[in-house]
Amino acid sequence: MTAGLRDVLSVRDLTVRFGGAPANVIDGISLDVAAGRTLAIVGESGCGKSVTSMALMGLLPSNATVAATATTFLDAPLLGRDEKHWRDIRGNRMAMIFQEPMTALNPVFSIGDQIAESIARHRGLSAKAARARALAMLETVRVPDAARRLDAYPHELSGGLRQRVVIAMALANAPALIIADEPTTALDVTIQAQILSLIATLQAETGTAMILITHDLGVVAEVADDVAVMYAGRIVESGPVAALFDDPQHPYTIGLMGSMPSQGPRGGRLATIAGRVPTPAEMPPGCRFATRCPFVVEACRTARPPLRAITPGHDVACIRAPLEQHLGAAA
Amino acid sequence: MTMIETVSPILFRPRSTSRALQKFLGNKGAMIGAGILIVFALAAIFAPWIAPYNPIKTNFLVIRKPPSALFWLGTDELGRDLLSRLIWGARGSLVAGGISVAIAMAIGVPLGLLAGYFGGKLDALISRIVDALLSCPFLVLAIALGAFLGPSLINAMIAIGLSAMPIFARLTRGQVLSIRHEDYLEGARAIGLPDRWIIARYVLPNILSPLVVQAALTIASAILAEASLSFLGLGQQPPYPSWGSMLNAARNFMEQAPWMSLAPGAAIYITVLSFNLLGDGLSDALDPKSQH
Repeated sequence: MTAGLRDVLSVRDLTVRFGGAPANVIDGISLDVAAGRTLAIVGESGCGKSVTSMALMGLLPSNATVAATATTFLDAPLLGRDEKHWRDIRGNRMAMIFQEPMTALNPVFSIGDQIAESIARHRGLSAKAARARALAMLETVRVPDAARRLDAYPHELSGGLRQRVVIAMALANAPALIIADEPTTALDVTIQAQILSLIATLQAETGTAMILITHDLGVVAEVADDVAVMYAGRIVESGPVAALFDDPQHPYTIGLMGSMPSQGPRGGRLATIAGRVPTPAEMPPGCRFATRCPFVVEACRTARPPLRAITPGHDVACIRAPLEQHLGAAA
Repeated sequence: MTMIETVSPILFRPRSTSRALQKFLGNKGAMIGAGILIVFALAAIFAPWIAPYNPIKTNFLVIRKPPSALFWLGTDELGRDLLSRLIWGARGSLVAGGISVAIAMAIGVPLGLLAGYFGGKLDALISRIVDALLSCPFLVLAIALGAFLGPSLINAMIAIGLSAMPIFARLTRGQVLSIRHEDYLEGARAIGLPDRWIIARYVLPNILSPLVVQAALTIASAILAEASLSFLGLGQQPPYPSWGSMLNAARNFMEQAPWMSLAPGAAIYITVLSFNLLGDGLSDALDPKSQH
């Protein structure tokens, strides 16, 4: 996607299937994230965003089968390694920011202990040195009065502060890649903006690559460099943020844009996409969006549409793209 | 429990240990319970120096004497001083309660942790064994095991511990399941912690307070169970006293010498009550969320 920059993570044809399920939950997605860049994975609930992030972290339960034709993380294969290898990567080279700051922290230990734990685990520092680094991390994420809050318990902090602590834990070992799974969804709007700008600032300072998982296109527009739109376990459209927002090509992306609330006076109801994501049992053989697509033709139902470039770097998995050609004739 | 949520003026307390301790020390019931238990424990430890008479030496001149200045709690059917026997009996009863619960927890809690954390076939296996053991009433199981192992105080403790084990296994497993999908466990895995570390630092501390309460309650029932086993002759062996065996002997003289059953009965009652108070106080103090 971004030629010239070194890819931190590169995944080809990732598939995930749960034991006994009739179809792949993740069906052949490819991702590249370069250092210092942010890739947003967008889609509605149940499209496989979180499963993708769990698969990349090796955190899926044992009844899940994860496969890919090629995976590279920091110039080494990522999948197919043993659990010990995963534990050395997780929290160290690759870290995760969770959605729910209210429950993502261990309620019985102080936040200082928790940040220090990850540092001690991966760096083998003494308790004192790890604590000092934990304090430095709290200051890095702009927690006011950090020295005193080091001994605070999670329930004594507000949601915004807790999310800062979660971010501090994720950044504690200077990871090469951060996976942020809906990092601002549980926060109120003003705090969301603070957290997003904090993440952006820290990313600029550290040059960390980031995968941002969200359903909020506003968040995408604010912090992402590239976007991958997921639908029912496949990437239906991907490209730079500007290209996708200015010129969405896949009917699903267009539908998502239409259902985004905007500022100013509203002209009528928000648009919605009729129907719902098909369950694995009812997954259509062709395009998985065919059952809900307003532009569907017979060919859509039979063959899987390949992801192809409309303009350089902007890929769409729709046989009718670019849509203007077809719509121009109809309208 | 009624709890009024108040905004504490001191938002940041120093360390968890000292805070829990402060809360515990401020709990009157728990302090009374702990105080009584300490007195009993000291009495048990220093029995040879405190007890006014030899607890097993019979004296046929003073059989079944009611409490007097000479024998504060009276004497039993063989003329032994009841106060001395009560003090010596504290050894058997308190040790039996403590050790048997320690045995129960040492086996039951790890089994519950394994079953709850890993699930699957391991869980199925452990849970079926626990179910089978739980299908038998606690006391009946303890008596059966005690009879099988043979009459002695140590065997009684093992029998009671094994019988109480499934309660801890089941409670632990249930508690683990209730927090199994909490985000902080996922978070612990996401920072690369190994399973045994997660179990020790993330799972166990978060389920500890119900276990501590259960332990205090089970010590109480273990003391009663030891009394029952002694009562049947399976626990502390004569002539050495335990509260249960004293009660057993007193049963025959309820009409003629009621003081004989009063002393050990009251001791058991007060001890059980104290452990319950202590358990309640501990559960309050150990919960970081409850405001004092």
